[in-house]
Amino acid sequence: MATGAVDILVIGIGNEQRGDDAAGLLVARRLRDRGLPGVAVVEAQCDATLLIDLWAGAEKVYLVDAVVSGAPPGSLFRLDGLRQDSEETHGYRSSHGLGVKAAIELARALDRLPQHLVIYGIEGAGFAVGAAISPEAQGGVAAAVAAIVADLGGEGKRNHA
Amino acid sequence: MANDLRGKTIRVATLARVEGEGALYIKTKGGEVVDVRLNIFEPPRFFEALLRGRDFREAPDITARICGICPIAYQMSAVHALEDALGVRVGGALRDLRRLIYCGEWMESHALHVVMLHAPDFLGYADGIQMATHYPEAVKRGLQIKKIGNEIMTLVGGREIHPVNVKVGGFYRVPTRPELDPLAVRLRWARDEALAQVRWCAGFRFPDFDEDYEIVSLRHADEYPFNEGRVVSSKGLDISAAEYDDHFVEEHVARSNALHSVLKGRGIYLVGALARYNLNFDRLSPLAQEAARSAGLGTVVRNPFKSVIVRAVEILYACDEALRLIEGYAAPENPAVEVTPRAAEGSACTEAPRGLLYHRYRLADDGAILDAKIVPPTSQNQKIMESDLRSFVAGHLDWPNKDLQWSCEQVIRNHDPCISCATHHIRLDLSEVES
Repeated sequence: MATGAVDILVIGIGNEQRGDDAAGLLVARRLRDRGLPGVAVVEAQCDATLLIDLWAGAEKVYLVDAVVSGAPPGSLFRLDGLRQDSEETHGYRSSHGLGVKAAIELARALDRLPQHLVIYGIEGAGFAVGAAISPEAQGGVAAAVAAIVADLGGEGKRNHA
Repeated sequence: MANDLRGKTIRVATLARVEGEGALYIKTKGGEVVDVRLNIFEPPRFFEALLRGRDFREAPDITARICGICPIAYQMSAVHALEDALGVRVGGALRDLRRLIYCGEWMESHALHVVMLHAPDFLGYADGIQMATHYPEAVKRGLQIKKIGNEIMTLVGGREIHPVNVKVGGFYRVPTRPELDPLAVRLRWARDEALAQVRWCAGFRFPDFDEDYEIVSLRHADEYPFNEGRVVSSKGLDISAAEYDDHFVEEHVARSNALHSVLKGRGIYLVGALARYNLNFDRLSPLAQEAARSAGLGTVVRNPFKSVIVRAVEILYACDEALRLIEGYAAPENPAVEVTPRAAEGSACTEAPRGLLYHRYRLADDGAILDAKIVPPTSQNQKIMESDLRSFVAGHLDWPNKDLQWSCEQVIRNHDPCISCATHHIRLDLSEVES
């Protein structure tokens, strides 16, 4: 699953079986469909400790995940992943083993953080096993895709639907 | 001491460093432990229901979703139970591949637990991240071993999470020897590092805690058990997986969703690495046995805190076994054995990293699943964890609450409970001590 040396890496992390926890994966999927040049995209349904290997060699990393903070479902957050106290702003719970926040702190302790790390968090409404993603979180997915594309300068093919 | 007579209530809303979320409640009064409730595990009822009506061939893919950390264990128990029902035996290279993929999962699961979840307890750190600052090489080593375990799972299983390559009868595709050889190079590195990791764990300081549990695991004629064997215990049990329901029963626990397993007429029992080790030491590879001895372990380990060393030994064994399997491997002509559906019932136990995992299926003529029963290892260990908590607290009632609470969490972590099947996040507040 390692991607090697890339300029820009987008990682959507989540669990497709657990309702809004699929949000990060769906963002990654849509970005991959756009085929943005110079951008590698990975869907990660794995323990967050594997992120450390995934982003090795990548200069700029966008991480997309569902979050639970009490904000209205579908809300989109953009966080500087390298900031040490970013968890104080938003409670960060994970359903996938060792959480994303823990993985980032672990990477920091091991000096394995990328140069740039941006986290897009989509507020989830429900995470029940077997549930489908909620309409609110789907809205958040669309917003995240648009925000990342804007971040990357709007490059790449447009979908001709 | 003066505070013996006060009642204490310890309520932990979210347990640190176990997979998922959990809740622990302990009440003491008049110097005795009066109630211990560990509500950390949701049985996979959703998946048992989901399986009903589905074609038996879908079972590996559906059950793999039960646990993000142990998808292979669920797939292995599923395929073996279904093959038991349909009269199919998978041998030779396909059997070896199944052992190989299980080696990968043991490495991945145990390495995460030993390094990130358990070792911090012994070295006095709040979590693995704090520990990583002072033990970066040990943590990197553990993560790298974990990664190589994941690579085995990807190569043989298809994807790291929810592997898609496993099927009833074998695999959709088998790897070639040239595909496995680079993995062998990495496994040789992992084996050396795993040996160093055993030594590292052996150096920890361990509280005295001696428990004479009834322990249960598979036992096989000549292998350290993964997928096959009889279900045996340290107190005389010796049955086939088909007889599991005659001897083990799940009791519903009041005030929770939990189902706790007991041995009929006998009571609580322990599954997992400690159980496997104690019942199968003689089946470990010579390298693993030697490492265990050098680490100061006997052939039987009764201190659950020392399970950290035992898991490290099992990681070493898994590396060793994986290499043995690859060195003997030649890709079979067919990736799977033919399977014909029929009305039948079948069951199997395999050894998930956390212990015995039981599956039973009843099939219709056309292969549709009529019903399924799944008993995960952590649900079998709940009563042992409560028993340990009871013993531990009773022996340390004079400790300040904060220290006692932290030690209780350690006692639970000794058994590596996997509670990633929890369907909700628990959000209670920590209670205070009542007097």
